[in-house]
Amino acid sequence: MRIALFVTCLNDAFFPRVGIATVTLLERLGHTVTFPAGQSCCGQLHANTGHRAPARDLERHTEAAFAGHDVVVSPSGSCVAHLRAHTRLPVHELSELLVDVLRVTDVGARFPYRVTYHPTCHGLRMLRLGDRPLRLLAAVRDLELLPLPEPEQCCGFGGTFALKNAAVSGAMLADKCAHAVATGADYLAAADSSCLAHIGGGLARRPDAPRPVHYAEILAATGPGATG
Amino acid sequence: MTPPPGRHLPIVAATPFPRAAAGALRDTQLRATLGRATRTIRDKRAAVVAEVPDWERLRERAARVKEDVIDRLPELVDQFARAATAAGASVHHAADAAAANALVTELVRARGVDRVVKVKSMATQEIGLNEALAAAGVTAVETDLAELIVQLADDTPSHILVPAIHYHRGQIRELFARRMPGFSADSDDPAVLAGAAREYLRRTFLSARVAVCGANFAVAETGSLVVVESEGNGRMCLTLPDTLIAVVGVEKLLPRFTDLGDFLRLLPRSSTGERMNPYTSIVTGVTPGDGPRRLHVVLLDNGRRRIAADPVGRAALRCIRCSACLNVCPVYERVGGHAYGSVYPGPIGAILSPQLTGQDAGHNATLPYASTLCGACYDVCPVKIDIPAILVHLRQTGPKPAAERAAMAWLAWTMRDRRRWRAALRTARSGGRPLRVLTRRHGGRLRRAPWPLSAWTAHRDAPLPAGESFRDWWRRTHDR
Repeated sequence: MRIALFVTCLNDAFFPRVGIATVTLLERLGHTVTFPAGQSCCGQLHANTGHRAPARDLERHTEAAFAGHDVVVSPSGSCVAHLRAHTRLPVHELSELLVDVLRVTDVGARFPYRVTYHPTCHGLRMLRLGDRPLRLLAAVRDLELLPLPEPEQCCGFGGTFALKNAAVSGAMLADKCAHAVATGADYLAAADSSCLAHIGGGLARRPDAPRPVHYAEILAATGPGATG
Repeated sequence: MTPPPGRHLPIVAATPFPRAAAGALRDTQLRATLGRATRTIRDKRAAVVAEVPDWERLRERAARVKEDVIDRLPELVDQFARAATAAGASVHHAADAAAANALVTELVRARGVDRVVKVKSMATQEIGLNEALAAAGVTAVETDLAELIVQLADDTPSHILVPAIHYHRGQIRELFARRMPGFSADSDDPAVLAGAAREYLRRTFLSARVAVCGANFAVAETGSLVVVESEGNGRMCLTLPDTLIAVVGVEKLLPRFTDLGDFLRLLPRSSTGERMNPYTSIVTGVTPGDGPRRLHVVLLDNGRRRIAADPVGRAALRCIRCSACLNVCPVYERVGGHAYGSVYPGPIGAILSPQLTGQDAGHNATLPYASTLCGACYDVCPVKIDIPAILVHLRQTGPKPAAERAAMAWLAWTMRDRRRWRAALRTARSGGRPLRVLTRRHGGRLRRAPWPLSAWTAHRDAPLPAGESFRDWWRRTHDR
């Protein structure tokens, strides 16, 4: 299948390894990945911070960048939710593409670590990803999945909420980090690099904390090491 | 279009939410109390909602009924007024808080009393009725246990359903000892405390001649008021005094009596986590020899018709004040209700207060930002109010700092052009290079950043732009 990748602006600039993992995984499964170079940001940041006009510009821009593509995938639950609400693009979150469209749960990955999974809010409540990411992770060889306490609680990121309401965001983060540390996992996986940047930034300040990883990186891995 | 009501109302935040919230977070006792309480109600609600197989259909139906009410507000107000009047009630219309307070004060004065008993009511809280009555020399005694606690403490409620949720029982015993006439118990056993309050209230009920209540629902078809409660204090107030004055927001209307069925199933499960509430009272006009001899209904607008005209914001008027959204909100759970500066706290308060007052009132424009948009509130709302969507809508229609506007416009301008975006990525990458070297021992993350990013690094490390952007990697590996 020919699949167009919407890598997201955040991954493009800060976490290219998540995009690389998505490409590696899909190519390993025998698909052709394209990267429409006109893409940048879906407009979610602008819209949710209250700036509708620039958000609309970016939504139209993204729509134009992906015009003519039948299948679009993105490793970001929140960007997919935004595009789905504001454009007509046929966009799938990575686990939706794998489980629903490509009908695969065992992607041939190996990741010999203990992993806990945080279901991010957009994936959980807007996209209703359900157990798709967990089923994908459960099929990874040598991976031990450890349940995260109070998984459905928001991590406190919320885009500019993290800056505008820094104290509340920090309090929510502290609780999420405490739950993550309590699992004893090596890695905390999630479906959104933005939440992971926030949680990972908090975990980095705690001893014996799991390291943040996008679940695409785990699915791309075929041996020890975080990225495939 | 009515102009926004007065700025003095108890629905106007006097402090910006971030500052009030930061203050509340420092109260570790409060956080522990709230965490325990919200978790308990949250779990109870989840358990009893799971028992109802057609819960989603119920929510859909209730949302549709409420949307119909919002569509036909003026018509249903008229229908209710006609039916209630025919049943023997006197119906009054109040455009705003001041008009409602004046009406009620006048009605109380006409009975020649200086004390009224009250059933817990959000509408009277919203308009500051107790304060208005006090200014006219009338004491309003709250008879709901938690409202009584808040009143004895000269405090304000911090939760829609559980106004004293921020108190633990030791504090309540101490408060009763100080402020409740005749209290002598030295135990903080909840049963003992409730017993003392019951004795105190019983004396009040028996001597009261005027009661003031709100209504959970008002049926247009029959002119009936419906009051849902747990303690029986409402039943006392609705039946013992000879004059009953109800202050009812116009959005409480339901078209038909049969609409009540769905709402009476949705409300208790959503609010207290009970299958059914202990007391449901339905008052239709006056009946000789039974209940009050005089019934006044004050239908309150106070900004509601203005909200009804906003195609996105109007869904807030569906709210039945169950407070399920408060109990699941991660922000509310950590900061409590007072941080919202309004008698309507939590997610519903963040969309209701700024709409009722207009966003230019006090610091109400900061309330729509008091959320991560996590969506937990929308999931539990029994009338399916898409609270996150309304929060975003209010952010988009509300005031924003000029610097933020400029930054967002610049960012979008850069991002919607391929060459500008690539140049920006390269600038970020080379700008980040020295930082990447300096922060190597922190795993390439920034521990401390200057303002405004210091708000980020106060709580977490910041990531740095990668050494090679994704698109550069793609060009190197795929665009050969």
